[in-house]
Amino acid sequence: MDNLLLMRGGRRSPLRGFLIRLAPWAALLTLGIYSAYLILSRGLNQTNMDNRFVFGLWIFTDLGVIALGAGAFFTGALLYLLKRRELKAVINSAVVLGFICYSSAVVLLALDVGQPLRAWFTFWHPNAHSMLTEVTFCISCYLFVLTVEYLPVILRNRRLRQVPLFLVLEFQLHKVMPILAAIGAFLSFFHQGSLGGLFGVLRGRPFAYREGLALWPSTFFLFILSAAAVGPSFLLVITWIVSKVSGRRLMPPEARRLLARISGYMLLVYVALKGADTLVWINWTAPAAGLHPFWFYAYQPFGTWVLFSEIVLFGLLPALILSSRRSRGRWLVPAAATACAGVLLNRFVMTIQTLSLPTLAFDGFLTYIPSWQEVAAFAGILAYGVLVYSVSFRYLPLYAQERRLTLDSKAERHVPVKEERHVSVGV
Amino acid sequence: MTAKEKNGKRVRYGMVIDVDRCTGCGACMIACAVENNVPSTPPGAPVSRALHALRVYRAGGGPGADGVAFFPVSCQHCEAHTPCVSVCPQNAVELDPKTGIVSQVASRCLGCRYCMAACPYHARSFNWWDPTWPKGMEQALNPDVSPRMRGVVEKCNFCHGRLHAARAQAADEGRRDLRPDEFQPACVEACPTGAMVFGDLADEGSEVARLARSPAAFRLLERLGTEPKVYYLSKRPWVRQLGQASLQRRAEENTDG
Repeated sequence: MDNLLLMRGGRRSPLRGFLIRLAPWAALLTLGIYSAYLILSRGLNQTNMDNRFVFGLWIFTDLGVIALGAGAFFTGALLYLLKRRELKAVINSAVVLGFICYSSAVVLLALDVGQPLRAWFTFWHPNAHSMLTEVTFCISCYLFVLTVEYLPVILRNRRLRQVPLFLVLEFQLHKVMPILAAIGAFLSFFHQGSLGGLFGVLRGRPFAYREGLALWPSTFFLFILSAAAVGPSFLLVITWIVSKVSGRRLMPPEARRLLARISGYMLLVYVALKGADTLVWINWTAPAAGLHPFWFYAYQPFGTWVLFSEIVLFGLLPALILSSRRSRGRWLVPAAATACAGVLLNRFVMTIQTLSLPTLAFDGFLTYIPSWQEVAAFAGILAYGVLVYSVSFRYLPLYAQERRLTLDSKAERHVPVKEERHVSVGV
Repeated sequence: MTAKEKNGKRVRYGMVIDVDRCTGCGACMIACAVENNVPSTPPGAPVSRALHALRVYRAGGGPGADGVAFFPVSCQHCEAHTPCVSVCPQNAVELDPKTGIVSQVASRCLGCRYCMAACPYHARSFNWWDPTWPKGMEQALNPDVSPRMRGVVEKCNFCHGRLHAARAQAADEGRRDLRPDEFQPACVEACPTGAMVFGDLADEGSEVARLARSPAAFRLLERLGTEPKVYYLSKRPWVRQLGQASLQRRAEENTDG
């Protein structure tokens, strides 16, 4: 049965080995589900958040995975709207990654609110002025779009294609992909931005508060840019990991170079604007609130090194490597991983550092360490991602050129093609 | 609705707290909890998870301090750019245009806690547990205030239950306006030193408005531009400085340390 589900030419390890390798992740997911049960049934007292540290590991994870999942909308927009055909090789993988990231974020958000059953209230009594309303609307709609985009990838499974209805459905869905890509890009643009706006509008938190441009604070635009910049980088890193684990060549060099260059150029623009934004904040925004900007960095461990790392080490440096035409292949993946880490650091600063700084003069610096239930839910989400991606990679055509590239590489190494079925691969 | 409110005259309820008179006894916190049916937290729970619409902070020991000062901090009922109102995704926080009171609609609250992150005064609490009272204490609950369920945010609303009761009483007596002494929050009533004064800031002749105009008056984090309606009084310059400076003193201490 398993053999019938595998893609033609996409050799995979025996089912038994595959299941054994996934067992630890399944155990982690089970632990995550158990902690989710505890949180939903007993309440948020199961976490280590309190009246002051109201956001913690989960909100940081939400912001992080949504930024990394931006590869889905950005790659889709480049392929279907700007006709960069090289990206066809990775689009399915980008869609699956996007789906995993967004569905994870929605699950964590559902755990993170005190009354999850009231989530629909946001649609019924929406506050048009709230960035969180914009986030809720856009993420819900975009998760639906991603599900519809994921569907044709599932329907391309060898076995499912034998059902004529599915074949027709997949064909029809494929025709509307450019429209979905456009809707996805539009929705993503707004919710990536409004996630940035979430903190940028906080007048009461001078560390996060930023000047407005039109309707939105500057963080709105910085979040869009940074997410669009690291989306392709994340795709590059994940493809490299999957390629190493599976022993297959997945992405043609031209797609890899294109992803790296797009990521690099976008990151350069982001770093320039982030630098300008920081200067405006240092010279105008923070002093206007009666605060010297460097007071914020007097609280260890959040010294100015965080700001330097965010902009230079994890921003400018990978941006230069990724955008350089002379960059060797082996530098691209570490640079892409550094860029991803930089955006995660930015999201960490916006959530955790913002909340740990006191606002009242007679108040203190705060610390927070997540409870095991919070960590278990986070680990469960990670395991969910690994499981969905592994199963998708095994049974669905995530990389359009996998078969051709693997055959080419075997031809280069003079490996007879008939021996391919003996190759045992990881995923 | 009172005649003033109905005739479009803005009532702006506010409070002045004399820091020099506050002894930090905490009677205001207890009165607030009793009035508003605030349940106690389970044994062993950290104080950072306690429900308190009003919290007394102790300040002092910094540069230039000649002793200690106690700051009772509740919701400051910000008049401008009210941080919690604009961020709530489902309109569960309201600034009443007629009274200036910022209130929380518990039955509409999702428990996302975005308003808590937005509040610079940390004046909001989350219901981390189901509300429970020791056996028999349910009998002592205030019938005018509904307890809040687990998973929602709550805050000071200047004892809204009392405002409704005062309005109903005035209507019964055929009056359309409230007398100043008719509506007083529980904390003001309980303060043994008379450090808290409550009233209509828009009424220039009221005591609260007079005190708010005093040179010794200041507000917390005024430069954020949120126009709080809770004023503090102190003749001691270092205490007044605490309202303004925010991070500076701590940062200096940390740097020195």
